[in-house]
Amino acid sequence: MKKIFKNQIALALAGILAGTSAVAGTLVINGDTSDPAPKAAFQAVIDGFEAENPDVDVVYNLFDHEGYKAAIRNFLSADAPDIAFWYAGNRMAPFVEAGLFAPIDDVWADQGLYSLMASSAPGMTMDGKKWGIPYTYYNWGVYYRQDIFEDLGISVPTNWDEFIAAGETLKANGITPITIGSKYLWTAGGVFDYLNLRTNGYDFHMALTSGDIAWTDDRVRATMANYQQLIDGGFFLENHAALSWQEALAPMANGEAAMYIMGNFAVAPLKELGLDDSSLGLFQFPEITPGIPMAEEAPTDTIHLTAGAKNVADAKRFLAYAARPDVQTAWNKALGQLPTNAGAGVTDDKFLNQAFSMLNNNAPGGVAQFYDRDTKAEMASIGMEAFQEFMVKPERLEKILERLEKARQRLY
Amino acid sequence: MYSYWKNNQLKIAPWIFLAPGILMFSLYVIFPIFQSVNLSFYQWDGLGAKTYIGAENYIELLDDEYFIVSLKNNVIWLVLYLLAVPAGLFAALFLNQTVRGIRIYKSIFFFPFVISQVVVGLVFSWFYDPSNGLLNIILEFFGFDTIAILAEEDYVTYGIIAAGLWPQTAYCMILYLTGLNSVDPEQIEAGRIDNARGWRMLWYVILPQLKPATFIAVVVTIIGALRSFDLIDIMTGGGPWGSSRVLAYYMYEKAFSEYGFRMGYGAAIAVVLLLIMMVYIATILYRLYQDEKGG
Repeated sequence: MKKIFKNQIALALAGILAGTSAVAGTLVINGDTSDPAPKAAFQAVIDGFEAENPDVDVVYNLFDHEGYKAAIRNFLSADAPDIAFWYAGNRMAPFVEAGLFAPIDDVWADQGLYSLMASSAPGMTMDGKKWGIPYTYYNWGVYYRQDIFEDLGISVPTNWDEFIAAGETLKANGITPITIGSKYLWTAGGVFDYLNLRTNGYDFHMALTSGDIAWTDDRVRATMANYQQLIDGGFFLENHAALSWQEALAPMANGEAAMYIMGNFAVAPLKELGLDDSSLGLFQFPEITPGIPMAEEAPTDTIHLTAGAKNVADAKRFLAYAARPDVQTAWNKALGQLPTNAGAGVTDDKFLNQAFSMLNNNAPGGVAQFYDRDTKAEMASIGMEAFQEFMVKPERLEKILERLEKARQRLY
Repeated sequence: MYSYWKNNQLKIAPWIFLAPGILMFSLYVIFPIFQSVNLSFYQWDGLGAKTYIGAENYIELLDDEYFIVSLKNNVIWLVLYLLAVPAGLFAALFLNQTVRGIRIYKSIFFFPFVISQVVVGLVFSWFYDPSNGLLNIILEFFGFDTIAILAEEDYVTYGIIAAGLWPQTAYCMILYLTGLNSVDPEQIEAGRIDNARGWRMLWYVILPQLKPATFIAVVVTIIGALRSFDLIDIMTGGGPWGSSRVLAYYMYEKAFSEYGFRMGYGAAIAVVLLLIMMVYIATILYRLYQDEKGG
């Protein structure tokens, strides 16, 4: 309430000032950076922008991360800010289609982003236009207990057979190969993504998530057969359906499990649980079908110009500022993630360095956003629920695939 | 004008007093019901244009296995949640005595109703926790296998209902405790003289006098069962794979959750839930009406 009030005063003041000075303006930004690190990181970006552009007053409305997902639908249509935080890929499609985001191809052209952000460009493109600025992304991969692997003489697996063999060795030593908590479903989506990307490749995966391929297709069955091999082999943590992803960190930290197919955000809590650079490692999900170019998962977070923006000129200045290499370097250093601008520097950190090189040098197949960002929202929830069910009741494969196919036919 | 008011004062006055209530009720309850029913014939994502699709949402419901599961769970909730009524009665009978410190015991029994449903949900989640939960520690102690109740599709709904019974029993207990205060001691005395004790005393002398309390207890319990939402959200989020959802939760997921925003479909689920509730509401209203007539 207080914020809105302040906002209104600022607008009123801006209105008065507009009579005397044409450039003075208020820039309203709505965002979801509610966790401490992202919040501080974005505040620093605002401060930097205001220092460079003293004529612009930035008003930042901070929302709770989860509540934001519902709030954005209301405020975009009712009382749009100038800039809003969101995500790349299919996640932004409803807002683009409803005409609530505005294209910013001119910003991309002015800042030379077509070449500097070439890797994230596909996720920002719809109808041949660019709909926002990606400011950060993070890698996924297999985080593993380096010390346990070394003790048991397991080398980092690079193909499916080695991966299975590594799991068997771990099991023989009483260690669960892969920890996972599937209570909130999306973790299972990550496992499926990797299995499908490695079994059938990036193009097939994107076609499947865009609804162009039947779920009863034999190639999907091949992916599910690999999935089943892990399930039947007892590779996954027991009772995972009762655990959140955070609860599944504990077995990894205390050595009961050795691998976690996860995003970069798991590193910080794992280090808090006592692991360090010598006991925690990262490797690229191994090859399954030989010859298929490696593709990776790297969800991208973005900021967008809204269609209802009142201060378009300053909003575009801010978006250009947020895309700049030096700004992205500092911003992502504070976030502990990767910058999308190829000209930006990566924070010197074991995992970020490795991930950066993995994504830039060893992901020729392409970069996927994540199951729930690449598919339609409703299909995503049905799909991830199906993966969870499959992980507990693999014998229901046929029924599950039929259900997914039915949903696909209805939704696409 | 004045004489019209004079002549009809008795007829008009109640309506004037009722007007604010009727206005509010129509605006915030009756009108939205018709809005929902109307919306259930449309396809709408909450942002773009609405498309009229006739009864298609309802046809899809019939073929939606998640909807069937939710409906089935709602029935289980309705039946098992009523256990709170007899449980509350026996707790009340047990506590309806005068010993030292009985107020403290009563407070302890009433405690679960005072704390938030969210807390109840969390406490039971920890109780059921497969690795550190009390339930599985006890099971292991007696040599049974551990079970992750909240991750088993066959047990999860029962596990959540058990959590819900805890505060609901406390509520029914309070209703019965106040009811027991107004039981006529002379009738008990008369029953004693006629050699009634134990079950016969309870069934033929006490329970009939508790009828108003029983009626209220059943009503609030049924409403509680149909509203069951917070516990499901806290304990499982509808999982595993949607097997603990009820209609209210499914409606919320389809219409408002992160992956939902099918307003028309959500409205169709809400309409079905409303129809189920109408059966109970109509029964209750009919009984109230009969009681009024009788009294």
